[in-house]
Amino acid sequence: MTFSFKRMLRRRSRAAAVPETVSGDDLTASTELAPGAASIVPVIRRADRFSVQDLLVEASYGVGARPSRLIMTTLGTVLGIASLVVTIGFAQTAAGQISSQFDAVSATQVMIEPATTRNSSGAEQATSRLPWDAPERLDRLAGVERAGLVADIDVAGQLITSVPVNDPSAAQTLSPAVIATSPGLLAAVRGNIVTGRYFDAGHDERADRVVVLGARAAETLGINRVDSQPSIFIGDVPYTVIGIIDGVERRANLLDAVILPMGTARADFALTAPAELHVQIAVGAGTLVARQAPIALDPNAPENFTVQAPATASSLQDNIQADINVVFLTLGILALLAGGLGIANVTLLSVMERVGEIGLRRALGATKRDIARQFIVESAVIGLLGGLIGSALGVFAVVVVSLLQGWTPILDPVVAIGAALLGTVVGLAAGAYPAVRASNIEPITALRGGT
Amino acid sequence: MAHSRPATSSWWAGDGPVLTAPVVELVNVTRSFPGPPEVQALKSVNLRVERGDYLSIVGPSGSGKSTMLNLLGLLDRPSVGEYHLDGRDTSLLDEKQRAIVRGGTIGFVFQAFHLLPHRTVLDNVLLATLYSGVPRAEREDRARAALDRVKLNHRLDFLPGPLSGGERQRVAVARAVVASPELLLADEPTGNLDETTGGEVMDLFEELHADGLTLIVITHDQAVSDRAERRVRITDGRLSELS
Ligand SMILES: Nc1ncnc2c1ncn2[C@@H]1O[C@H](COP(=O)(O)OP(=O)(O)O)[C@@H](O)[C@H]1O
Ligand SMILES: [Mg+2]
Repeated sequence: MTFSFKRMLRRRSRAAAVPETVSGDDLTASTELAPGAASIVPVIRRADRFSVQDLLVEASYGVGARPSRLIMTTLGTVLGIASLVVTIGFAQTAAGQISSQFDAVSATQVMIEPATTRNSSGAEQATSRLPWDAPERLDRLAGVERAGLVADIDVAGQLITSVPVNDPSAAQTLSPAVIATSPGLLAAVRGNIVTGRYFDAGHDERADRVVVLGARAAETLGINRVDSQPSIFIGDVPYTVIGIIDGVERRANLLDAVILPMGTARADFALTAPAELHVQIAVGAGTLVARQAPIALDPNAPENFTVQAPATASSLQDNIQADINVVFLTLGILALLAGGLGIANVTLLSVMERVGEIGLRRALGATKRDIARQFIVESAVIGLLGGLIGSALGVFAVVVVSLLQGWTPILDPVVAIGAALLGTVVGLAAGAYPAVRASNIEPITALRGGT
Repeated sequence: MAHSRPATSSWWAGDGPVLTAPVVELVNVTRSFPGPPEVQALKSVNLRVERGDYLSIVGPSGSGKSTMLNLLGLLDRPSVGEYHLDGRDTSLLDEKQRAIVRGGTIGFVFQAFHLLPHRTVLDNVLLATLYSGVPRAEREDRARAALDRVKLNHRLDFLPGPLSGGERQRVAVARAVVASPELLLADEPTGNLDETTGGEVMDLFEELHADGLTLIVITHDQAVSDRAERRVRITDGRLSELS
């Protein structure tokens, strides 16, 4: 074979490297004068034959030739890509929303109570007791960060005041509740100290008569500082106020309570058992702690405790995401398929309308492949346009709806870019058949009609 | 014609030229379209066209003129016989090579002009440089020069629509010569033109011929045919030299 395309490519690269001084046989062949159009334009050195740049320019003319049709053509792709971006965008936004709620409180809190049964008279009765050393038992478990016990104290109607009660006829005021906790509870329910301190294990063991006040209880009792060691009275027994707390999210009734150490409550009010065990856990450890905590509390009868643990945040997200995704992804894919068919249809139509052009290009030296590439790039460009517009619309929709709902819009930029590229892929796929049709058009037949 | 071919050959030939070879040589070429009924559009045609020749092929409708042009333009293949273009046997070329050779060696002018309606005059001429391997840097200069040559440099940015038929055909001629072809093939170039504008196009061909271009014009119009240097009649697929 005396001629080959490879040879031409080689020639082209050589020509690019050493434009004028080449002594190669091929090049000298074309640099000298051809007899033909010598005086029209100087004879050429053959170099750039339908390069990628030429391809893109020709394709963009093809795409831009009919702007109104272009809008109709891209519509399906725009809708498909937009709905995919919206779907993924809302799934990501919702996931972010859910996990931020969980992080706040519920994802990291576990509450354990003794199980109850109804006795014969229909009253609820605990079937077991939480052990006094429950916090220490749970602290050893993986995933447990802090644990603390709580019990409500029945003060048998005694008044709680900041001065001794001398006058039995004084008006009854609504007393704050009295609650006993273990020293670690404050941290377990994420309270914070406003002033003073929380009682410690020493107070607990010695059954010291000290109390900590919830912020609202302190206000009711007229106490706002503890450095002068104020006292309150339960009945006529004085207790020294050593601190005021605030911010307990998980057990907000502590704010209205007078809080004493468990040991003190057992000594002064004959407390028989704790009522609740609050546990702060690591994110995602809910399932694990729920399974292991009852065993740690009573290896022989773990069923005697009920555990309120958060569903694992990720499984919750998965559920929600799955629901959203199935519906919208299906819609998006359907729209995208319709979009692809639309592009295929219009490209095919355009091939039929441009038979004359195809014949002309073939006569001017275009190979079948050149023709196929032109049409496939045209439809890929249409797909890319649809993808870009759809992706932009989708991002816009996610942002607007999120802002209206007060959510933080979350969308991976990779999704936006990937969606635009997916449009290109749809265009490529849609263009394949029309491109093959175009390249198989016989130039003779094509040129017979006029353009 | 005084044009002698210099020491090397056309760009696409690998191993040098055949110095004395004619541009076109048909040897016993038959083109038959399988029927039924089978039609022999060309019957054992022999033809030599030398470098710089200006040849017309004249014949009535249905005599095989377009079939001839398609063969010469590498748009079609002979059923029987050999076609040597620039001294080389074209039967050795595959589809892709034929396309590339066509782009680099042959210029076409059609009866129906075949200009792209959405592209400017300049773009239409540039189109022929895309597939023929004209270096990018030279393309625009060459296209402007070619349009200059056909006296349309004032119409560069026009779309073909508003141009007259004669102007359109001159754009097509500029397109056909912009890549410096070895051979220009015209199929009924004046078929869609009135006498005056047709005459303009024929004047242009004469000038190109004077510049050394090898031209084959196919026509059913005796007057057009008569302007050529050498005339061949085609009747029912058979060639006969007139003189
Ligand atoms: N593709 C084809 N299939 C069958 N017959 C054809 C085909 N092309 C041309 N012919 C026949 O070949 C003959 C010559 O046609 P053509 O070369 O087009 O003539 P002209 O261009 O001189 O009018 C006619 O009889 C025509 O019917
Ligand atoms: Mg014809």
